[in-house]
Amino acid sequence: MAQVTFEEISASDFFYRNRDIAGFTNPTRAIFAAIRELVENSLDAAESLKIPPEIYVRLSFEGEASKETQIYKLRVEDNGCGVPPRHIPSAFGQVLFGSKYKLKQQRGTFGLGGKMAILYGQITTHQHATIISSTDKSKIYMYKLMIDIQKNRPIILDRKVFLNKEGWRGTVVEFSLEGDYLRAMPKILEYFKQTAMVNPYANLTFVDPKGRLYKFTRATTVMPDPPKETLPHPYGVDVELLQRLIQVTPYNNMLEFLKYHFHRVGEITANKFLAFSGISPSKNPKKLSHEEIVRLMHMLKKFKDFLPPDASCLSPLGEELLKTGVLKELKPEFVAVHQRKPATYAGHPFIVEVAIAYGGEIPQRGGFVIYRFANRIPLLYDEASDVSVKVINAMNWRRYKVTPDMPIAIVVHICSTKVPYKTVGKEFIADRPEVRREIANGLREVARQLQHFLSRREHVDKEKKRLGVFSKYLPKIAQFSTKLAGREKPPDIEKLLRSVKKFGAEGV
Amino acid sequence: MEPKEFKSSITERRKEVLASLGSLGAKIYEQIDKGYFPSIEMPSRSTENIYYDQKFRQFILGDKKVKRSARNIRHLKPFAQLVWTALFSYELTSQRKTSTLRDVYYSAQAYEMTFKDQQESNNIITDLETVLGFSREDFNIFPEERSAVFGDLTIRYTVPGYEGKTLNLTSHPDGVMIGPALTSSEFVETSADKVIAIEKGGLFTRFIEENVHKKFNALLVLTAGQAPRATRHFIRRLNKELKLPVYIFTDGDPWGMHIAMVIISGSANAAHLRDLTTPDAKWSGVWATDIVNYKLPTDPLDDIDMKRLYELQKDPRYKEDPLWQREIKTFMKIRRKAEQEAFSRYGLTYIVDEYLPAKLEETK
Ligand SMILES: Nc1ncnc2c1ncn2[C@@H]1O[C@H](COP(=O)(O)OP(=O)(O)OP(=O)(O)O)[C@@H](O)[C@H]1O
Ligand SMILES: [Mg+2]
Repeated sequence: MAQVTFEEISASDFFYRNRDIAGFTNPTRAIFAAIRELVENSLDAAESLKIPPEIYVRLSFEGEASKETQIYKLRVEDNGCGVPPRHIPSAFGQVLFGSKYKLKQQRGTFGLGGKMAILYGQITTHQHATIISSTDKSKIYMYKLMIDIQKNRPIILDRKVFLNKEGWRGTVVEFSLEGDYLRAMPKILEYFKQTAMVNPYANLTFVDPKGRLYKFTRATTVMPDPPKETLPHPYGVDVELLQRLIQVTPYNNMLEFLKYHFHRVGEITANKFLAFSGISPSKNPKKLSHEEIVRLMHMLKKFKDFLPPDASCLSPLGEELLKTGVLKELKPEFVAVHQRKPATYAGHPFIVEVAIAYGGEIPQRGGFVIYRFANRIPLLYDEASDVSVKVINAMNWRRYKVTPDMPIAIVVHICSTKVPYKTVGKEFIADRPEVRREIANGLREVARQLQHFLSRREHVDKEKKRLGVFSKYLPKIAQFSTKLAGREKPPDIEKLLRSVKKFGAEGV
Repeated sequence: MEPKEFKSSITERRKEVLASLGSLGAKIYEQIDKGYFPSIEMPSRSTENIYYDQKFRQFILGDKKVKRSARNIRHLKPFAQLVWTALFSYELTSQRKTSTLRDVYYSAQAYEMTFKDQQESNNIITDLETVLGFSREDFNIFPEERSAVFGDLTIRYTVPGYEGKTLNLTSHPDGVMIGPALTSSEFVETSADKVIAIEKGGLFTRFIEENVHKKFNALLVLTAGQAPRATRHFIRRLNKELKLPVYIFTDGDPWGMHIAMVIISGSANAAHLRDLTTPDAKWSGVWATDIVNYKLPTDPLDDIDMKRLYELQKDPRYKEDPLWQREIKTFMKIRRKAEQEAFSRYGLTYIVDEYLPAKLEETK
C-alpha cells in the first residue's frame, strides 16, 4: 500500500520548483529575467539616494552547456546605496528577504527577484555568486555565497573586507548561469532601450558576449522626486493587516488607533467614521473580537468620506521626463505626454502616465508600437493580456483621425505602491476597472493633442502646397501671356504671390 | 459648264484667329500687370446651357458664363494650360504648322505643363475654342481621323512648301485626304454643281469607278462614318463659298440618319462653335421609306437601334423638317434597316443608274 507523506518546503524550494511564475521559464527567458532583475535592483539602489544611476552590465561567454545553451557570466555594477554588510548574505541568499516591503513605490516588491536569478545560476552551473558592496565609502565587503535551497538560507563560502581607497559606493553582483543569449538578444536590447526611455537620467552600458558595446546615455540629470513612505489607506486594508496593526499598536482607543495608523485619517474623519460604523471612540482596539475586526474592515470600505490616498508615496516620472525619454529613445517628430491625477484601486494609490509619439524614426508597421511600463520597468512579455493593450484596442481612434497605418508609438506607465501585476514575473497588468479608466482618459487626452498636431500639420502642408501651386503656375501664365501678347518683359507677379501668402484662405 | 474663280476666306480667317489669340494674351498680360489675378470668362458648356437655335439650325450655348480665375487654386493649372495652349496654337498658326491632338498632349510636357491624360488636353483645347469661338482646326490642331474628297475642284495650297501650288481633286483615283493641307487651301475653280457626301468607303470608291462625279457633275465626299469636324467645315465651305447644294447618302438606319443630321445641324459637343454646320444640306437616303419602296434586303432593328430612334424622335433637330419624323416613324413601324450596299441585289450599277438620280431629284 502506498504511503502518503507530508512535508514542508521552504520559500526558496517553492520558487525553485515554480520558477516559471517568476519568469525563469526557459534558457532564453532566464537570461533576460536575470539581467532585468539585477538592473532593477541597481536602479532602485541609485534612486533611493536620488543620484543618477550609472549601471554597467557585462555578459561573457564561459563555455558550452548543451547544443542550444551556453554558460555565461553575468556581472552588474552600480553606483547605488549599497547593502549594509550584515544584510548582504540574506539580501542575496534568502528568498523573500528584502528592504522594499514598505508602502512606497519601488521596482522591487517581493524580495525575490535578485535571488531567483542567483538561484537559477546556482542550479544550472553549481557555482557561487559573488557580491561586492559598499555603503559608506570606507570599507568594501565581498561575499561568495550559495543558497541552501531546502533551508532557504545563505551559505557563506568566503567573506573579505577591503579598504575603500577610491571612495567607491555601490554594488557588484556576479554569477554564472546557463542561457541562450542569441535567442534572448532582441528582448534584452529592447529591455535596455525601453529602460532608457523611462529612466532618461540613467547611464546604461551593456557589453554582450560578442564584446559588442551598447551605450544608453542619459539626456538629463533631473530625477523624479523620490517617493515617501506611507501608511495604509483604509480602503486598502484586509483583515490580516488589521490584525497585525492591532498587535503592534501602542494606542488603546479606536480614535487614536485610526488617526495614527491610517493614511488620510485625521481626528474629524476618524470621529465621523466611528459614528458611521457605531464603534465607540474609546474602545480598545486590542479588545476587538474576530467578528468585530471583519466588520471593521467592511465598514472601512463602505465609508464614503475618506479622502483618496495622496500620491506622495508615488514617484511618477512626470511629463517633462517622460517626454525627454521618449524623444531620446524613439526620436519621433511629435510627442504628447499626459500625467493623470492620482487615483486609487482597492485603496492603493496609482498614477497613470501616457505618451503618444508620431513620425520621425517610429516605424510604420500597420499597428501601433506599444510600450508598457510599471514603476519605470518595461514590460516586454504577454503584451496581449495587458490592460493597456485592451484599452488601446478598444479605443475609437478614428475619432481622433488616427489610423493603425500611421507611425505611432504609445507609452503607458503605471506607478503604484502596489502595481496590479498578474504574476510575480511582473510582465503584465491585470484588468482593473479603475486602472482601465485612467489609461483610457489619459490616452484620450494625448490622442486629442496628436489630432491637433496632425490637423495643424495638414493645414501647414496644404498651405505649403497651395503656395507651391501658385508659385509654379503664376510665372508660367505670365510667361505665356507675355509671348502671346507679343510683349518683351513679363508682368510682375510678385504682388500676386504676396497676396497669396498674406490671405491664407482663397477667395474666388 | 464654265469654271468660275472664287474668292477664298482662308487667309482672312487665319488673320482673325491670330488676332484673337494675341488679344487673349494681351488681356491676361494687362490684368497681371495691374496687379489683378487674371481671369477669363466663357460660355458654360454644361448641358443646361445648351439650346437648339431655330435661326442657326444648330445647338448653341446660352447666356450662362463660367469664370476661370488664377486666384482660385483649382483653376490655376487649367488656366495655365489654357494660356499655354493659346500660345502653342499661336505658334502653330503663325508658322503654318499643324499638329494633332496627340501632339498637343506631348508638346506640353516640354513646357512642364503636363496634362494628366489626353482627355485633359482635349478639354483644354475645347475651352480655348469656347473662349475664342474658333474651332481647333482654325488653330491648326487636328484629330487623327481623316476623310476624303474627289471631283473636279482645283484648290490652291497655303501650307508652307506648297504655297501657291494648285491641285485638281480628280488627280488621285482614291480621292484626296481631307487633312490640314486641304482644309487650309483656297478654292480656285470647279465645274461641279453639287456635292454628294457618302458614309462608306466602299460606295465612295464605287461612285468614282462609275464616274458619278462626271455623270452628275458632283464633288464626292467620303465622311467615313461620323464626319470629322474638319470635314464638316469643309462641306460647309463647299456649300457657302461655292454655293453647291449638298446631298448626303448614308445607311438606312438611325445611325446613318444621324450622320446626315450632324453634317446639317451640328452636334451638342460643338455647341460653342459656328461654321461647322450646313443647314441647307439634304439627307437623300437611304430612308426607311426607300427600304419599303425599293424592297431592299434588310436586317431587323435591335433594341439599341430602337432606343436610339426614341431619342432622336425627341431631339429638337429632328423637329425641323417633317421628313425626319416621318422616317423615324417608318423605321419604328417596319423595324428593319438596310445598308447602302443592299442595292447590289439589283446589280452593281443599279444604285448609280436608278436610285441616285431619283433621289437627287426627289430631295432637290
Ligand atoms: N544593487 C543593489 N543595491 C542595493 N541593495 C540591493 C541591490 N540589490 C539588492 N538589494 C537589496 O536586496 C534586497 C533583495 O533584492 P531582491 O531583488 O531579491 O528583492 P526586491 O528587489 O526587494 O523585490 P523583487 O522581488 O520585486 O525584486 C532588496 O530589497 C535590496 O534591499
Ligand atoms: Mg529586486
